[in-house]
Amino acid sequence: MSWETVIGLEVHVQLATKTKIFSGASTAFGAEPNTQACAIDLAMPGTLPVLNKQAVHYAVMFGLAIDAEIGQESAFERKNYFYPDLPKGYQTTQLEKPIVGRGNVEIQLADGRSKNIRIHHAHLEEDAGKSLHEGNFRHGVTGIDLNRAGTPLIEIVSEPDMSSAEEAIAFAKKLHSIVTSIGICDGEMSQGSMRFDVNVSVRPTGATELGTRTETKNLNSFKFMEEAIAKEVERQIDLIEDGGSVIQETRLYNGDTKVARSMRSKEEANDYRYFPCPDLLPVIVSDETIEELRRNLPELPDARQARFVEQYGLSDYDAGVLGGDAAMAAYFEIASEKSGNAKLAANWTMGELAARLNNQDLSINKSPVNAEQLGGLVARIADNSISGKMAKEVFEGMWAGEGSADEIIEARGLVQVSDSGALEQMVTDVLAANQTMVDDYINTEEAKRKKKLGGFMGKIMQASKGQANPQQVNKILAQKLNELV
Amino acid sequence: MSIERHEIEKLATLSRIAINENTITEVSQRLGSVLELVDQLQAVDTSGVAAMSHPLQATQRLREDEVTEINQREAFQAIAPDTEDGLFLVPKVIE
Repeated sequence: MSWETVIGLEVHVQLATKTKIFSGASTAFGAEPNTQACAIDLAMPGTLPVLNKQAVHYAVMFGLAIDAEIGQESAFERKNYFYPDLPKGYQTTQLEKPIVGRGNVEIQLADGRSKNIRIHHAHLEEDAGKSLHEGNFRHGVTGIDLNRAGTPLIEIVSEPDMSSAEEAIAFAKKLHSIVTSIGICDGEMSQGSMRFDVNVSVRPTGATELGTRTETKNLNSFKFMEEAIAKEVERQIDLIEDGGSVIQETRLYNGDTKVARSMRSKEEANDYRYFPCPDLLPVIVSDETIEELRRNLPELPDARQARFVEQYGLSDYDAGVLGGDAAMAAYFEIASEKSGNAKLAANWTMGELAARLNNQDLSINKSPVNAEQLGGLVARIADNSISGKMAKEVFEGMWAGEGSADEIIEARGLVQVSDSGALEQMVTDVLAANQTMVDDYINTEEAKRKKKLGGFMGKIMQASKGQANPQQVNKILAQKLNELV
Repeated sequence: MSIERHEIEKLATLSRIAINENTITEVSQRLGSVLELVDQLQAVDTSGVAAMSHPLQATQRLREDEVTEINQREAFQAIAPDTEDGLFLVPKVIE
């Protein structure tokens, strides 16, 4: 029997506000434990929440970006459950009247297809604190850090419109691209700025009813998400084919050990006893505010990709890679302007730079080589001052902090000889010094001669200490050899 | 409207409170009388009245996104039952 997969996502996005959703405590990442948890975050008696305007505006901006209905009147509920990193004993969230209603996100797939994923809604809520099970404290207890408690989140809930891990990853990446492009989230996955809950079920191909689903919670990398989905689909199919059935449950996937396990089943699921939060009044967003946010909405990824094709003459693929990532797009545009050669700047941003960043697990914002510097390097390649090979050497130097491209080129005496008179002399000298190779070339049948050129190139580049312009040498060499044949 | 014993027990579990065996009957009666009051309210015809969670016509005031709170960890941890290395300590929690 063949099976099809049905996937829906719930995505938690930490909003890039300076302060908590209901208090004026800082949300800066990486502070000492509990130094950014105030009386409100700690649920001290007598405190009251006051809603952060910026969090509301960011949520509305997300709604506008996915062309959703905006809940002009939204309200908060209390979701009650007991856990030590949630001091109030309830999470303040939205249930009946979320701030963002139905919307749409279009994803592009590897085979060129695009697909619309419907968004059911997105709501505002607060993050919980962190429970630490081991650390610099005595064994047998759990440590609680409440710095994260009260960090504003939007939870984006999709319809079960995805039918493969590929589609789910494409959707997750598109959301990442949207929220970072409009600047409502820093997108730092490793810091938990975006976390994904994946609902997966399988059914016989062509069936109309949905199978029983499981939810794998709290995935914080695209790679782990892909692995978790693949494993869960396989587990469910094996289970059903062996005569068993899937039980509705919450699962966890450990990306480091590659092990998935059950967390709790529906029978023991929490009964959240939602009710309207008496501490918070209905939230009204005026038409004027919505229109102002719409006017000031930064460029969306799809529009930016189209612009990159139009403005810089990039291929659809290159525009997709560079335009899809807000930080990379900004980097590319600066490098392109500085270098005066968009295509070369694009190649270097996506090639050498991206590979090196990836290798060292750095985000582009933390690149040791900034966009101006890379632009300076690309400019020297574009004007033929240095060869591509030299450029890689210069890039190494820039990465190591040795200065700008021009400084490194001068310090290392890297000059590409493009003077045709000098190059012709060089080629003539090398041919004269290697008569055996020349004879061999002449005696080789024409179709196979091309392969012999490499040997001459090597000698010439060696003679020039790597400074000869290879494209020009190639041309001169072919010409001179053909004259001898 | 009465409330069953197993419902009391479930609520107690969810609320993380212990209810003494010999007070269950009393708790049940007291909660039952609250529910009776709600029953009476439900007799009122509310068709055409929008649901409302607040008696006021007011709407939520919004706060500017500016840091106004300073670090008071020392004061907060002075009244906590157990702390170490800046963390609040609680009995071991395993998911």
